[in-house]
Parts: sequence; C-alpha cells; structure tokens
Amino acid sequence: MNKSVEIAVVGDKDSVLAFKAVGMEVFSVNDEYEAANQIRKLAEDGAKIIYITEQFAVLMTDIIDAYKTKAYPIIIPIPYSRGSNGFGMKNIKKDVEKAIGADILFDK
Amino acid sequence: MPRLNVNPTRMELRRLKGRVKTAVRGHKLLKDKSDEMIRQFMLLIHENKRFREETEKELAVALNSFLFARSVASSAVIEEALLMPSVKVELDIGVKNIMSVSVPDIKVKENSDKDLLPYSFAFVTGELDNAVIKLNGLLIKLIKLAEIEKTCNMLAEEIEKNKRRVNALEYVMIPQLEETIKYIISKLDENERGNLTRLMKVKDIIAEKNLQN
Repeated sequence: MNKSVEIAVVGDKDSVLAFKAVGMEVFSVNDEYEAANQIRKLAEDGAKIIYITEQFAVLMTDIIDAYKTKAYPIIIPIPYSRGSNGFGMKNIKKDVEKAIGADILFDK
Repeated sequence: MPRLNVNPTRMELRRLKGRVKTAVRGHKLLKDKSDEMIRQFMLLIHENKRFREETEKELAVALNSFLFARSVASSAVIEEALLMPSVKVELDIGVKNIMSVSVPDIKVKENSDKDLLPYSFAFVTGELDNAVIKLNGLLIKLIKLAEIEKTCNMLAEEIEKNKRRVNALEYVMIPQLEETIKYIISKLDENERGNLTRLMKVKDIIAEKNLQN
C-alpha cells in the first residue's frame, strides 16, 4: 500500500485550493455525491482527518454520522469560501443536547 | 412492574438476590461513570466551542484573502504555484483513553525549518503570500479542533449510551428483580403456613383418635 493520506480536504475548488499550500491533500468536488464518494474512498484508504466544506457537509450528514463511532477518520466540517452556514456549530449544539439533555452553551 | 417468570423456590430466590446485588452495584458504578464523563465533556465542549468560533472566523479571513489573491492573478498561475507544496504536515496519531472511550490523540510534528512559501515570487502577488501565511498559522488550530471535536462527539455518544444503561437498570431491571423476590418470599411463606396448619390438623386428628381408644 502506498503511503496513505493523513489530512485531506474535500470541497469546492475555490475553497480547498488554498489548503494545498500548507501541505494537505486536496480533493475538489462539484457536488455532494462526489464528496460522499471521495470521503468513502479516503476513509477506506485510512485517512485520519478529513475536512469537508460546510455546504456539502449539510447535505451528507448520514455519511458523516456513519464514521462517528470510531476514533478515525475524523470528519470535520469547515467553512467555505463564502463563509460559514453554521453547520459546525449546530453539531456542537447537538452534542451538548445529547450528552446533557439540554442546551447549556448557546441559550440566551 | 411485571415479575419474572420463575419457579418460587429457595434456589431461585438465592440466585435472584445475587442478581439484585450485582445490578445495584453495576448501577452505582455506571452512574459514577456517567458523572465523570459529563464532567470531562463539559470541560471539552467549552473548549470545542471556543476553538470552533476562533477557527471559523480566522479561516473565513484566510479564505477571503485567498479569494482575493485568485482574483488578482490568473487561476492557472495560482494553481501552478501551489502544485508542489514545500511543507508537509506530519502527524503523530494515537488513541487516548477517556473513561474507556477511545478518543483520538494527535500531535503535530513541526517542521518549520523549510521555506513556507512553495513558489517563486516572480509570478504571484503578495496577496497569495498573505493567504498562505494566515492559513499556515491556522493549521495547528485546525488539527486541534479536529481532535477536540471528535472527542466531544464520541463522549456525547457514550454518555447517551451510558444513560440508557443506567435507566434500564434503575427503572426496569432492579424493580423487576425486587418484585420477583417479593413474590417468591410470599409464596414460600404461604407454603410454610399451609404446611404448619396441615401438621396441626393432623396432630388434632391423631389426638382425637388416641382419645377415642
């Protein structure tokens, strides 16, 4: 097996190209189906951290959830070039509600 | 609470009493585990929130400046400039144990001795430099965020699972066992009383017979 990718970034071309400069593996995709396939492939190949831009992450929660129970790969949504749509924050909120039973971080 | 379907015998009673003891002890242990996990989770989730807020803000800035760089230079030039990155992120990947949940533990091996910007300055503008430098500063944070967020994720899942176990023990298993024990004891007592009255009756009959003779 060739040396596996450790950190991968999956997302639209505009957002992910920048990550190439700092030494991450970049996979640009056009829609959520491509993104889903790419993530599956990366996970099979033993990628450790996969960053996925939020506009795709919103549409493929089922695939992200499938990898939730294992320590690796870590799939993390990140904002894309047009800013954040709050998906990452929503996940934190969901975690809190799951663990504590009530949202104690964001209530205002 | 419906009782278990068992024979009301002394042996069964003994067995059930043992089970109740184990269940109560397990319940206490699981509850303690849940408390500790929630404590750990609270520590981490605040950090997680802070990290995500910071990272999202900074990443937006970095991506913005990258977009700016792209608009200044032609995309072919930029893609060429970034084709061969000079820095390679090296990770030391391990697994940490928090309350018997295996969570990721990542250390970044820094190799900052190399040149950060992988391209010649002749063709690209300063905006790209800016974007790359910003992003590089963010790298450690991004990895840390990944680690913490996954840890929180897994802890939340485990806390939920644990809560179910605690509740099942507290509200189903233990009441059921106690109900069954009560049933067996009353049944055994009933048998005992029945036996006693029978003996008394027999004794009366024998005494009457002796008297007649």
